Amino acid sequence: MVSDPAAESGESGESRRARQAGGRPRQRIANRLHAGVLALVLLSTAAAQAAEIKVAVSANFAAPLRKIGVDFEKESGHRIVASVGSTGMFYAQIKAGAPFDALLAADDETPARLEKEGAGVAGSRFTYAIGKLVLWSRTPGFVDDRGEVLRTKAFSHLALADPRLAPYGAASLQVLKALGLLETLQPRFVTAANNTQAYQFVASGNAELGFLALSQVYQDGRITEGSGWIVPQEFYSPLRQDAVLLARARGKPAAEALLKYLRGDKARAIIRSYGYGL
Amino acid sequence: MSPADLAAVWLTLKLAATTTTVLLLVGTPIAWWLARTRHWAKEALATLVTLPLVLPPTVLGFYLLVLLGPDGPLGRLLQASGLPSLPFTFAGLVVASVIYSMPFVVQPLQQAFEAIGEHPLEAAATLRAGPWDSFFAVVVPLAWPGFMTAAVLGFAHTVGEFGVVLMIGGNIPGETQVLSMIIYNHVEALDHDAAHRLAGGMLAFAFIALLLLNLFRPGRRR
Amino acid sequence: MSIHARFRLPYPAFTLDIDVDLPAGGVTAVFGRSGSGKTTLLRCIAGLEQTLDGSLIVSGETWQDGSYRRPVHQRALGYVFQEARLFPHLSVAANLDFGRRRIAESERRVSLAQVVELLGIAHLLERRPERLSGGERQRVAIARALATSPRLLLMDEPLAALDQARKQEILPYLERLHDELAIPVLYVSHSPDEVARLADHIVLMEDGRAVAQGPLTETLARVDLPLRLGEDVGVVFSGQVLERNAEWHLARIGFAGGEIWVRDGGAGVGRTVRLRILARDVSIARHRHDDVSIMNLLPATIITHAAEDHPALALLQLQVGGTRLLARLTRHSANRLELAPGQQVWVQIKAVALLG
Repeated sequence: MVSDPAAESGESGESRRARQAGGRPRQRIANRLHAGVLALVLLSTAAAQAAEIKVAVSANFAAPLRKIGVDFEKESGHRIVASVGSTGMFYAQIKAGAPFDALLAADDETPARLEKEGAGVAGSRFTYAIGKLVLWSRTPGFVDDRGEVLRTKAFSHLALADPRLAPYGAASLQVLKALGLLETLQPRFVTAANNTQAYQFVASGNAELGFLALSQVYQDGRITEGSGWIVPQEFYSPLRQDAVLLARARGKPAAEALLKYLRGDKARAIIRSYGYGL
Repeated sequence: MSPADLAAVWLTLKLAATTTTVLLLVGTPIAWWLARTRHWAKEALATLVTLPLVLPPTVLGFYLLVLLGPDGPLGRLLQASGLPSLPFTFAGLVVASVIYSMPFVVQPLQQAFEAIGEHPLEAAATLRAGPWDSFFAVVVPLAWPGFMTAAVLGFAHTVGEFGVVLMIGGNIPGETQVLSMIIYNHVEALDHDAAHRLAGGMLAFAFIALLLLNLFRPGRRR
Repeated sequence: MSIHARFRLPYPAFTLDIDVDLPAGGVTAVFGRSGSGKTTLLRCIAGLEQTLDGSLIVSGETWQDGSYRRPVHQRALGYVFQEARLFPHLSVAANLDFGRRRIAESERRVSLAQVVELLGIAHLLERRPERLSGGERQRVAIARALATSPRLLLMDEPLAALDQARKQEILPYLERLHDELAIPVLYVSHSPDEVARLADHIVLMEDGRAVAQGPLTETLARVDLPLRLGEDVGVVFSGQVLERNAEWHLARIGFAGGEIWVRDGGAGVGRTVRLRILARDVSIARHRHDDVSIMNLLPATIITHAAEDHPALALLQLQVGGTRLLARLTRHSANRLELAPGQQVWVQIKAVALLG
């Protein structure tokens, strides 16, 4: 049964609807919907098609998805069940039969690979966000708006995500290479396992500054605190984050609706407000 | 706390309680055998039980995922025998947690059993108690502190685990999303307040539980 | 009714290799130096040693034969270990009840009240083992074993871990046990004193073998024992109190061989008592002398003599009526008096121990 995703999704579509209509009160409460909205959803004619969408979302996109989800759930009556994790881990889990309907990856390679291997629905792939790199410090005024601080000796630690593991780390190296600073600064690197850890290095003050995803320090169209230099795109290749519909969600309208919604204006506005390009 | 947080707390307690129960049931005979045998395979089994301490949790989780997955040997076996597949289910979390926390239960039990030694068992046998009878009438009461330590360590370690269950469970809210994962989610979503609240609550709970255990430990000297 | 035991069990230090028939009544002392295999024999009989090379029949019941070994807990025995091995998590009362409640009602021949009274532990019942003295612990352990109404009581040096005062505290209880319960006892000991006081039979062990066995009185009177008792060589026999002299605090004891005066030990007239006479306390005279301080003078016939450990000494075996005595003297004296088997002599007994 598990080895035949089409058969499984066909069957679970039925049972899922049954569950949504009847049971699982706790999970419904777990949703952030207001009781009134919930009642509305249950009473609406769309209730028959209301479904639960299991989304595997890359850690850096967890916050925007939460916000997008609120509107989407209100409008569609579907429910997003988001699992947060790293893209590499999701790849292993999807190959092991994880019950995800869609993957919002942190790169463009993993969705392509999944599609090629048949775990992703052919032609469903698209870029939902383009990551931007920022050089950030928690000290206001420390980072100037041209990145000149990198040429000074005013810091002893520069944080960045591991270039071998994280696309943002690789992009950071490209930037330093373009600036001709790679060799000079390499001794001052502190390498984090992922973007979150890089943020923690800098936000805790242990590293004076670091290369982060802009989305980590950006909200409502501006950098929330400290000081930062949004690195111009010409210094590094674009950090495309692709989404893909997974095989088990083939022919599942709810999942397709979410991916479509992500491409809509409303969602794009939210995505941009978190510091992603599109 | 949001309802999702509450669901994760409940799931975590359920997981830890189930895992601890299973571990005591499975770990006790293993610890008993290890404590008493002179069999050549003793060291091999003892080492095997200890291995989860050495392996990074995500690595262990990855191997379990592969092993139990649809193409893995164990996954195929389960499928062939008509059993449900384990990854991304509560049962899968229990299996992974049992393996991951095994040394924390087996070792205190083994030490407790070894400390009891042969003498009380021989005495019990000469007083007409058969092996099972002796175990429940003599070993369990004498090893009680060991059982308490094993249960608390097993429970606490399961509550605190992250890497293994994240890998095998898939961080699915309401199904496999436990406390450590939802804290991670809050951190990733930059909701640090929620993360601090949960982590703080977790620490307070652990502190009180361990404190109570230490206060009421049998044979504690004032 | 008897116990037949045959075991072979190799150990690094020695090999237990034994084939004995033990009487199914009274106290049989298993006596020998430490390391001679006494405890191992006891553990084989209890089933605590894993050996398949042996057979054991107790009062007609096969406990072990060929590949069959009856599990320890199915053997109707009581075992008293050197260290009491009370269960620390149970009160004295619960310890006593542990074995008792595991046997069928129909097999309970000894009542709890009886063992509590016998060992004088009524005031200890509510206590935890940790709050008992060493002697009290051992008494509780003995009571606990007896409470299972065993067909055979195995005691492994139950006094060895106790100091002299504690030993003296327990010995009277063991004697009462011997007198009041009809349970055969195998009593492992390396103490000649304990054996002299308690045993009816004796098995002498050396290097994992039984080198001699038989009734205590007969066996101790032998001069050919390979086991060297040194200063403790002597005989044990029983007699009856005939008269108690209040003025001199002496008692006249009659035995198969005559009469003897001993210090009054408090036993009433008519009571059977046990006497021990060490070889070193017996001297020999060719003629009767009344001008010595020694009170007990008896006519005797020399049966045989043997060499002693020290080349200066000799051991004589003498017949005094129906009783055999041993006397130790220097070879020089024996030579001077021209002592030879068959000769009529007088024995002078310097000291007699009254063993309860």
